[in-house]
Amino acid sequence: MAATTLLDIKGVQTYYGNIRALNGVDVTVKQGEIVALIGANGAGKSTLMMTIFGAPRARAGTITFAGTDITQMPTHEIARMRIAQSPEGRRIFPRMTVMENLQMGASLDNLKHYDEDVEKVFTLFPRLKERIAQRGGTLSGGEQQMLSIGRALMARPKLLLLDEPSLGLAPLIVKQIFDAIRELNRTQGLTVFLVEQNAFGALKLATRGYVMVNGNVTMSGTGKELLANPEVRAAYLEGGHH
Amino acid sequence: MAVTVSPESDIVATPIQRALKEAFYAGAISLGLFVLFIGLKTGQNISNELVVTTRWGLLAAVVIATAVGRFLYVAYGQPFMASQKITNVATGLLPASVASRFFQLPWFIAAVVAAVLLFVLNNSLAGWVGAEPAGYLQFLRALAIIYVLACVIYYFRAFIHANFTKLGVTALVLYPILVVAVLSLNAWSIASGLQGSLKWVDNFGIQILIYVMLAWGLNIVVGLAGLLDLGYVAFYALGAYAYALLATHFGLSFWILLPAAGAMAALWGVLLGFPVLRLRGDYLAIVTLAFGEIIRLVLINWREVTNGSAGISGIPKVSFFGLMSFNVSDPNYIAKVLHIAQSGAYYKIFLYYLILGLCLLTAFVTIRLRRLPVGRAWEALREDEIACRSLGINTTTTKLTAFATGAMFGGFAGSFFAARQGFVSPESFVFLESAIILAIVVLGGMGSLVGIAVAAMVMIGGTEALRELDFLKQIFGPDFTPELYRMLLFGMAMVIVMLWKPRGFVGSREPTAFLKERRAVSGSFTKEGHG
Repeated sequence: MAATTLLDIKGVQTYYGNIRALNGVDVTVKQGEIVALIGANGAGKSTLMMTIFGAPRARAGTITFAGTDITQMPTHEIARMRIAQSPEGRRIFPRMTVMENLQMGASLDNLKHYDEDVEKVFTLFPRLKERIAQRGGTLSGGEQQMLSIGRALMARPKLLLLDEPSLGLAPLIVKQIFDAIRELNRTQGLTVFLVEQNAFGALKLATRGYVMVNGNVTMSGTGKELLANPEVRAAYLEGGHH
Repeated sequence: MAVTVSPESDIVATPIQRALKEAFYAGAISLGLFVLFIGLKTGQNISNELVVTTRWGLLAAVVIATAVGRFLYVAYGQPFMASQKITNVATGLLPASVASRFFQLPWFIAAVVAAVLLFVLNNSLAGWVGAEPAGYLQFLRALAIIYVLACVIYYFRAFIHANFTKLGVTALVLYPILVVAVLSLNAWSIASGLQGSLKWVDNFGIQILIYVMLAWGLNIVVGLAGLLDLGYVAFYALGAYAYALLATHFGLSFWILLPAAGAMAALWGVLLGFPVLRLRGDYLAIVTLAFGEIIRLVLINWREVTNGSAGISGIPKVSFFGLMSFNVSDPNYIAKVLHIAQSGAYYKIFLYYLILGLCLLTAFVTIRLRRLPVGRAWEALREDEIACRSLGINTTTTKLTAFATGAMFGGFAGSFFAARQGFVSPESFVFLESAIILAIVVLGGMGSLVGIAVAAMVMIGGTEALRELDFLKQIFGPDFTPELYRMLLFGMAMVIVMLWKPRGFVGSREPTAFLKERRAVSGSFTKEGHG
């Protein structure tokens, strides 16, 4: 596990107008890890996720990916560093078919490994294969989430960012999606950084975790440590989450 | 004896009663609407005084027609349509559709015979029955021909539906030949056939195809990339003036200037694109609208170069790829080279094939681009810009290429327009043109090439066809000019189409990505059909 650091976020501050959303956040993600960022609504989790992609841009601090400073890079250049994202709200292309959505994901890869990667996505999410010619907007929420992750995987990413993959989904589908993430990490060594409100599921899945409160990282540790931590339990696990 | 109204009839009104009531309301509404529009006509007399003429008779006619129409619709139309949806108790089948009852073989044969007879006897008819009944007979002939064509379309509807594109392109390629052949046979002389074909090839064929091309060009910007452009006519104007100025001042040939005009319009597309990159939807629409007006005002006011509102005339004709010319005075005039009779129709037919070629080029490029990364990126951009960026797509270049490609086709169409008219002036490039082109794209169904072509044919061909409705003069008097009503009909057609098909004529879009091949997709559907 003593792998190299892939994503290094140091002292990042992000503002919406004059309102500070992140007060100097430090997060690192190492090669081959699943890192979970948990926290309540409005803690700044999604803001951090979007700051990594440069929209909104960090006003202070640095974000380094695989040794390159990406803090000031344009969003599409950051994506070309092979960071893929399943954004908040999934943002699939509603009028395009499942296949076309996947094809868009492979744009970065110039469709070089297209056929092979499509098969991989369908092995991971067989449900998508049944929906192949259907328009993205007509899929169910869980299928849209699968499509969003599948689309991100088509770019052959070094780092996969997932913003609330469990949002609004039935527990069974959440389990399927978390299983798929674990599978990707184990078999392909994919590094994953995920933001979740479903703290229990996320921490069980994660190698390490961070807890965010009001724009600050207040705690960090391995997934097991955080699950056992009484403060975390009180704040995020015993309030009705499973 | 007092008439007692049974209480039942108050509760359950028969269709007739309901129809009477609704007819009364419809009449009242139309009276309120039209009392000022139709009832009073204002004008000026020779000493500039206001003259009000009343037209109560016409007003009464319109109100009565509205009321009667509403009555017939509610009393008979609605029950009939409802009965069409009820299956027969005995057989369990829906009643035969109206269309299959309307298009029947005996009637078809009768219509063919009537059309042929009236065609053959056309010239001698006026002598036998007098001029006015002959006019009505011509109208009857038109109806018979329309019925025959509608029958043919109805009988072969499955085949036509399956091969629409191929049939359409074939029909367009054969169109001028058919027009000349039919008119030559009709007048029994090729010269008058060629002369008569001018109107059909130029006013209908070329005019419609110019709009098809413009709408297909705008479709790249609006339909594919989802960037609402209200100033598209600016690129049309740029292409037209580029050809007009360079051809008149430097004597350059059309074949050099066509790509030059396209490139110039594309350059301006990029120049417009840069400042509006961050705008979308309504905001983008306003800026592009302003751009269109700026170009037009520059054309009007920059007199030294553009000759202002007087426009540029004497724009040279297109040559037949430099081999033959269409100027009668030139030594290589086409009729001299080929030893055929002189006629202006050759040039129009040549222009027809030229614009048809340009249209097909536009369609081909659009279809190809949709399957290439840039075309896919346009469509993805229309759907979700943020998602595009996070997939590594450079949205700046994607938008600029959409603007540039759309503008380029506008420029091509513009230089063709200048060559065809021989004259350009800013009046041809007003906002209404942009609006019409956009309306065609929306009516056809955003992104659908076939739908847009059909919409252009209906809209532009329809307004041109109004000029042909001379027989209406026999009903409404010699002052009646149907083409004055074209904008009214254009608006009505838009409202009707949007009610009937809110996504345009062709609302579906053809997917561009498949798993290995199309068959594989449907195969996997049937095999793994479980939920």
